[in-house]
Amino acid sequence: MTATLSLTERRIGLGLALGLALVGLVMAAAAGRGPLMWHGFIALALGLWLVLRLGASLIEEPAPPADRTGAYYDAPARFGIAMTMVWAVIGMAAGLWVSALMHWPDLTPPWAWTSYGRLRPLHTTGVIFGFGGNALIATSLHVLQRTSRARLSDQLSPWVVLIGYNLFLVWATTGYLMGVTQSKEYAEPEWYADILLVGVWVTYLVLYLRTLARRAEPHIYVANWYYLAFILVVAMLHIVNNLALPVSLAGAKSYTIWSGVQDAMIQWWYGHNAVAFFLTAGFLGMLYYFLPVRAQRPIWSYRLSIVSFWGIVFFYMWAGSHHLHYTALPYWVQTLGMTFSVMLLVPSWASAGNAIATLNGAWHRVRDDATLRFMFVAAVFYGIATFEGSFLAIRPVNSLSHYTDWTVGHVHAGTLGWVAMITFGALYTLVPHYAGRAEMAWPRAVEWHFWLAVAGTFIYIVALWNAGITQGLMWRTYDEGGSLAWSFLQSMEAMIPYYLLRTLGGALFLAGAVLCAANIRATLRQRPEVAHPADHPLAVQPAE
Amino acid sequence: MLKLHYNLERVSMGLVVAIIGVASIGGIVEIAPLFTIDETVEIPSDMRPHTPLELAGREIYMREGCYACHSQMIRRLADERDRYGPYSLAAESAWDHPMLWGSKRTGPDLARLGGRYSDAWHVAHLIDPRAVVPTSIMPRYPWLANTPLDVSMLDRQLATLARLGVPYDDAMIAHAARDARAQARPDSADAAGVVARYGEGVAIRAFDGDPGRLTEMDALVAYLQSLGTLTRAAWAQFGEGDE
Repeated sequence: MTATLSLTERRIGLGLALGLALVGLVMAAAAGRGPLMWHGFIALALGLWLVLRLGASLIEEPAPPADRTGAYYDAPARFGIAMTMVWAVIGMAAGLWVSALMHWPDLTPPWAWTSYGRLRPLHTTGVIFGFGGNALIATSLHVLQRTSRARLSDQLSPWVVLIGYNLFLVWATTGYLMGVTQSKEYAEPEWYADILLVGVWVTYLVLYLRTLARRAEPHIYVANWYYLAFILVVAMLHIVNNLALPVSLAGAKSYTIWSGVQDAMIQWWYGHNAVAFFLTAGFLGMLYYFLPVRAQRPIWSYRLSIVSFWGIVFFYMWAGSHHLHYTALPYWVQTLGMTFSVMLLVPSWASAGNAIATLNGAWHRVRDDATLRFMFVAAVFYGIATFEGSFLAIRPVNSLSHYTDWTVGHVHAGTLGWVAMITFGALYTLVPHYAGRAEMAWPRAVEWHFWLAVAGTFIYIVALWNAGITQGLMWRTYDEGGSLAWSFLQSMEAMIPYYLLRTLGGALFLAGAVLCAANIRATLRQRPEVAHPADHPLAVQPAE
Repeated sequence: MLKLHYNLERVSMGLVVAIIGVASIGGIVEIAPLFTIDETVEIPSDMRPHTPLELAGREIYMREGCYACHSQMIRRLADERDRYGPYSLAAESAWDHPMLWGSKRTGPDLARLGGRYSDAWHVAHLIDPRAVVPTSIMPRYPWLANTPLDVSMLDRQLATLARLGVPYDDAMIAHAARDARAQARPDSADAAGVVARYGEGVAIRAFDGDPGRLTEMDALVAYLQSLGTLTRAAWAQFGEGDE
């Protein structure tokens, strides 16, 4: 990790690590007690460990070889892949556990930190930001270098991004267990974690732009447009949604500056565009690189990729208000949200169609290669989930589906079927490449993972379609006498078999992810055998 | 058009500016007008902010993630009105930082929960939901009843909210901790102060059944009993039970 850093980078890194330790110390001292103190100690420990590591490398390790700039810098991406799988297992296991609690609620131990309400955000943050976020950062660093034919602009900032991002995740998730939350959905972390994330994100953007600036290709490849949109818009959403006034600088608690209707609109402008730019744009970047690479076919249509990119960037930002149909939000804003959500189907299906058409001529590979099949299924689920999303955004449909498990099923069609599948496809392409092997250590396990993931996703979403529609209909059905036919409790009792099926689907999916993590570990530990002579930068590196 | 894009994708800063520009339009059009809402949404004259004890209960509601399974937003649909009561008005959450409208009903909506059940029912239900609703799947929260409520930060919490526009005056901020204790101790000398500052509609009871100590259970039950009772405006709109 430290051997390829230049001596200057090690010194700057040492300074940053000292700074982190100092910030941790100040946090712990100022807070006195409570969650902020523990988070201060975590930062202090991490800072001190990095100080020792970098200090030792300054003393003991020689200056890096001068020819290192002739190769891509992949160590951060490898670390990112490891963190991706760590968070995948943590996040999915938390999801499976809270899902089980919904039919065995008395399994909850009597300690506050183990209760459903505190573990559920551990699931959402763990899978979206832990698994998804690390996968996006890791793959983006790989794709950026290959499509630019240039090495990363420096070797320190990718580590700042990855270590800082994972510290944010640790603060966020341990905070939930201690009861620290803003209660804004998918933006639960408190003000100090939010500030850390802003710093990480700015570093990420600067790294991305500086590397793009030294590219040897005249054009910026499509995948990078998506990764750029992901970085830029997530920054915008994160900052606006998380503007808050801390009660005290020595405590975790803050109040968002937004209230009532404005807060609801900004929350779902954020929430829906987290889906758009975190869970869609970034992963489309992944798709636009790894699918053509694995299928050994160029992207089917360049024009279609332009249309769908700008369509997604423009239309998505209007769609958030469909989360607030029939509420106290002004009617015209709801109508705009619905209209743009329906229009959004056009660029979404253009992307999905472009991906599937790219496979023309490579269908035999889809049949034989489970890795490519992951990506194919991802594109199909992307098409299904975006159709479902547009459908659910139509006001009368939403009157039935909103507040029910249909929404949860829809989200998982997107996250399990699309986001996770494309990530697994990308990882199974990337890991053998990094390991210098022709294929994964256990090729049969990839096949097993594929069918576990598909079966798990299918059981999950079919169960929750049924659950949601049943719930929605029971809530609105009147009897002959003109009174409501079902009590709320009856509608809830009707959910039990579906919740059980959901747990089964989730268990299958988690089993596949565990297999994937073990397979990746085994592959990266093997001795390299295959060389990639063409895989190096073309851009001339400036002298250091 | 294609030629334009052909050139654009050769300039990274051009892409950056274009992405920010194109992505900003939707948000600006939909969000900016909502800040004129102060002129269009009238705060009802009878509306009061949460008392310090209710606010502390609201913090517990957020901390335990109750909002993940319970909404507080009754939509303008006949069945919701029949099941839960008058639909929620924008004004009712105007002072809520953040709003807790929620997005999922694993359990029922709570926007009009206040006064529907007794304090004793809530306490029993929170300690073990299946003791009062045998088929409930709600988690148990037994530790609330024996965790003392921390009131040390309440004055600063009220002061922070006041800076954000919630109508807490200086007396409310200064008496925050004392008011929180007094609201759960009806026979104390300070109880009258709570009524004086927050109005006759405030419930002053030993919510957890024990006036001798102030627990997180007191705060959460006080909050749950306040839901939908901060103003009568929603009922007045329908001419139902307008007092």
